[in-house]
Amino acid sequence: MKATVAIAVNVFRESVRDKVLYNLVLFAVVLIGASYLIGQLTAGQDIKIIKDLGLAAISVFGLFIAVFIGIGLVSKEVDKRSIYSLLAKPIHRPQFVLGKYCGLTLTLAVNVAVMAAALYAVLFYMSWGVSEATAQSWDAPALDPALLKAVGLILVELMLVTAIALFFSTFSTPMLSAAFTFGLFIVGHFSSDLRNFQDAVDSPAAARVARGLYWVLPNLAQFDIKADVVHGQPVPLGYMAVTIGYAACYITMLLVISMLVFARRDFK
Amino acid sequence: MSILRVPRVLRGGEFGSVLAIAMIALALLGGAVQLQATREQRFPPPDGGDEAMYIRSAATLRRLSGAYTALAADGYWIRALQYYGGTKRRLQGLEWVPEPPPMLKALTSDNYSLLYPMLDLASSLDPRFTIAYRFGAVFLAEAYPRGAGRPDLAVALLEKGVRAQPDKWEYMEDIGFVHYWYAHNYRAAAGWFQKAADIPGAPWWLRSLAATTLAQGGDRQSSRIMWEAIRQSAAIDWLRQDAERRLQQLKALDDIDNLQQSVDAFMRRAGQPPADWLTLVRARVIPGVPVDPARTPYELTAEGRVHLAASSPLAPLPEEPRQIDAPEASPR
Repeated sequence: MKATVAIAVNVFRESVRDKVLYNLVLFAVVLIGASYLIGQLTAGQDIKIIKDLGLAAISVFGLFIAVFIGIGLVSKEVDKRSIYSLLAKPIHRPQFVLGKYCGLTLTLAVNVAVMAAALYAVLFYMSWGVSEATAQSWDAPALDPALLKAVGLILVELMLVTAIALFFSTFSTPMLSAAFTFGLFIVGHFSSDLRNFQDAVDSPAAARVARGLYWVLPNLAQFDIKADVVHGQPVPLGYMAVTIGYAACYITMLLVISMLVFARRDFK
Repeated sequence: MSILRVPRVLRGGEFGSVLAIAMIALALLGGAVQLQATREQRFPPPDGGDEAMYIRSAATLRRLSGAYTALAADGYWIRALQYYGGTKRRLQGLEWVPEPPPMLKALTSDNYSLLYPMLDLASSLDPRFTIAYRFGAVFLAEAYPRGAGRPDLAVALLEKGVRAQPDKWEYMEDIGFVHYWYAHNYRAAAGWFQKAADIPGAPWWLRSLAATTLAQGGDRQSSRIMWEAIRQSAAIDWLRQDAERRLQQLKALDDIDNLQQSVDAFMRRAGQPPADWLTLVRARVIPGVPVDPARTPYELTAEGRVHLAASSPLAPLPEEPRQIDAPEASPR
């Protein structure tokens, strides 16, 4: 446990040293710049658009961090040959994989939390001094706490994407790992097409394969509640619980396989 | 060590070379900006050349935008706003305004032809995008050249909104409003006002508006009541300002009627039209040169007809309300 925590903290420190947190500055600039421009353009719907933009930016920035750091978590250590000195220490290989995963998750959590706080700050600024009549025309209040549900599921989705990236990085090159991870991210958002594949093809066998893939591949569309939250639609806690439970199972499965692959890997 | 390295760059000849490179870079950037300005001056880019929609299928865009469909909807809404504003400004800047697009036919004019597809895409990508339906309908229904002059498309867009959110009384009110104000179909308008009034949470005045519209059709007083209700309930400044402008237009219509009566009375007495407003002022028919609610003087023609000045911010005035004789179009 101690070794896992040490590795996780080290991954976080390394990401700070690699200036990963600089993306927060970019996020703030994008959001503040956009809020000014959109305020001039959108005829009273700036709050809705700022929420859309902020949530999408949290997701995109997080995705890039998850993929591009996730794919290097293991391969970087191998390339730099620092894996030899690490494994010579009293660290089990599963602890190494778990520590790496937890470290990147910590980085993502800090990023997402800061970006969410920046989004609320911009929304507070945009809604300051707005008349009550205008505020009533919004689908949801500007500082709607329900936004945190969308942010929470974005973080959970990013944790799943990180697990996918880490899984590929245990046995593949960074370039291929990135391609596979992005591929799964895209497929994961169109899984409903796989479910309804029988409507598009005549072959029952192809439909069965598609349906099988639908159940096996990560279903990322369920983490996307951005539009619901922005429009003030209720997102039941039961839905949140089931979705987070799904992610927990999938992440655990990926980590177990990653540990297994990494444990059997020969670095000679 | 690193502390020593930085000042070393700034010492002696190296500082000079860095400065020289920076100056050259700045000069080159200035040259590029100047050349671009010259090119735009000599070979101006075509006006509205960017008005193209490469993808018109909402299903395709939904696929392409993945988890970011709401953001894509925002993008199309902003584009629709810019397109509407740009086209309107361009048309209002023309001395000669092209013929309006034919009503109830497919859009054949290049002007505003992309407005409905853009709004349709925005509302398909985000079916709960309230403002795209409500403002979009105004842009579509508004008489040409201030808008597309297509109340039929405005109603189609709002009906799409009703299908997405059947309990949204605002869309039904807007459909009634489009029928009333732009299409002058008062029976359909009354039907939609009534339908909106039946939705729980709808304001009380919708029911009386439905009754008044059905009983009196396009009466100017009914129009005033409707615009006043819109002005008071408008949550967005733009909508409130538009309602205020409409109320001023109605006031101008009243003014013109009263002034015309005065001019007609003068003509009966004098046997000829007045030469100008000062003739009427001197004859003590009117106290001074009459101005519209936007403070622009009314025009008096040589034949003795009173008009709103073309330069008035209130021009053009809305079409006068008609009797209840429009074809029936009951709400679905």
